[in-house]
Amino acid sequence: MKEGFRYIKEIFTGCYRLLQGMYITLLNMLRPKVTQQYPENRGKKVYPERFRGLLTMPHNEQNQHKCTACGICMMNCPNGTIEIINKTIETKIDTVTPEGETRTVTKTKKVLDRYIYDLGSCTFCALCTSSCPQNAIEWSNAFEHSVFTRNRLYKQLNMEGSELIIKNKE
Amino acid sequence: MMWIDNILRTYLGDTWALIAEFVLIAIALLTVYAVLALILIYAERKICGFFQCRIGPNRVGKWGILQSVADMVKILLKELIHINRADHFLFRLASFVIIAASICTFAALPFADGAHIIDFNIGIFYLLAVSSLGVVGILMAGWSSNSKYTMIGAMRSGAQLISYEISAGLSLLTIVILSGTMQISEIVAQQSEMWFIFKGHIPACLAFLTYLIAGHAETNRGPFDLPEAESELTAGYHTEYSGIQFGFFYLAEYLNMFIIAGIASTMFLGGWMPFHIPGWDSFNGIMDYIPSAVWFFGKTFFCVFLALWVRWSFPRLRIDQLLNLEWKILMPICLINLILMTLIVVL
Repeated sequence: MKEGFRYIKEIFTGCYRLLQGMYITLLNMLRPKVTQQYPENRGKKVYPERFRGLLTMPHNEQNQHKCTACGICMMNCPNGTIEIINKTIETKIDTVTPEGETRTVTKTKKVLDRYIYDLGSCTFCALCTSSCPQNAIEWSNAFEHSVFTRNRLYKQLNMEGSELIIKNKE
Repeated sequence: MMWIDNILRTYLGDTWALIAEFVLIAIALLTVYAVLALILIYAERKICGFFQCRIGPNRVGKWGILQSVADMVKILLKELIHINRADHFLFRLASFVIIAASICTFAALPFADGAHIIDFNIGIFYLLAVSSLGVVGILMAGWSSNSKYTMIGAMRSGAQLISYEISAGLSLLTIVILSGTMQISEIVAQQSEMWFIFKGHIPACLAFLTYLIAGHAETNRGPFDLPEAESELTAGYHTEYSGIQFGFFYLAEYLNMFIIAGIASTMFLGGWMPFHIPGWDSFNGIMDYIPSAVWFFGKTFFCVFLALWVRWSFPRLRIDQLLNLEWKILMPICLINLILMTLIVVL
């Protein structure tokens, strides 16, 4: 008798559990779809802020960047992805001596010539951006990197003719 | 349809007109069969996608409508692979046996008012007999392929199909008791007042459920798909088939799902009969405006959806659990249900 009662009870609880499962799958069916349709969603999909797509060096309107060519990023990079090529420039500055006469002083200064970034060997570890003291480089969301030749993966991050932002001391 | 008959009779003799009509009906049936298979494959893939929060096929044609057509073209172009040391006669025959059994069952469905091809006084017996012919084809395919996977798959399938045939038959017999006839057209006609699932009280509902479960198991799908459990048996009994021969198995599988749903909707949900409530004459009149084919296919696709829903909800059963479910639970329920229905009809 007890066995029979248990048998019937099991059938009913089993049916109840099955219905619970079906209810959950039905809810799943009615949920919005998670598929991203890639070429169609270009420009519509919002990527997360911390998504690391491509290393960039932001420039302002006067074609100026913040990189002082200190080379910390190059040293921190585990793959040798970054190569910084410096150049030395001479600036003539007019200074006023304590005696009151004006003298022209020639100063030599190391500035950035070319910031070479090899996309092909980058592992997107972000050690460069986190170690940069000037916050001169940052990640962008661009991720469509495929090119036909290896050479195209070497990118120069600073623009042609760009220079360092001159900070006002005042 | 009478005008086709008249034209044929004027140009051909009576005998030849009859033969021509047979051929025409067969062609129409095969066309409907193939088109339905394409629709079902598309629906399956789409609904399966929805259950997994995906979109499903959406590249070929608008919303991927032509996807299954593209698949069909692909399967027609594929090579038929020659299997070493297989029993070639049985190997080739098996796919035809399966598809023939499936088409024979398909022909007995009442598609619409008047569109009913095979209809005679023991229609239900015919349905049960022909639909279980497929197991012969499955065993044949498994045996002749000369492979352990197909062999195990076919044996499992045989055990499963023969066991679940009992529950399916018993639950159909419940309705036969209620209606007092085995002729399918008569069964549909009797539901003009009210569908049997409402008319038959609890036993009819129970029979509907058990029939859906047993029918689901018979089509080798959903949680009962262990004849073709991919992870263990690659594809079960049709592992060695390729090209259009595999296509036949594929087609028969999907159409069997449709046939089970069609029988369920004919026996329990009134077939092509519109939804009628006794006494509400104006409501019934409005319902009659919807064409009968729409009713039949609507109900059938509802049952197909139920099958897909179950398929994407539950994990696969083990073979002993499967047989336990049939012999210890479903069959006793069906037998008790049969007695209950008899009592209701007699009293």
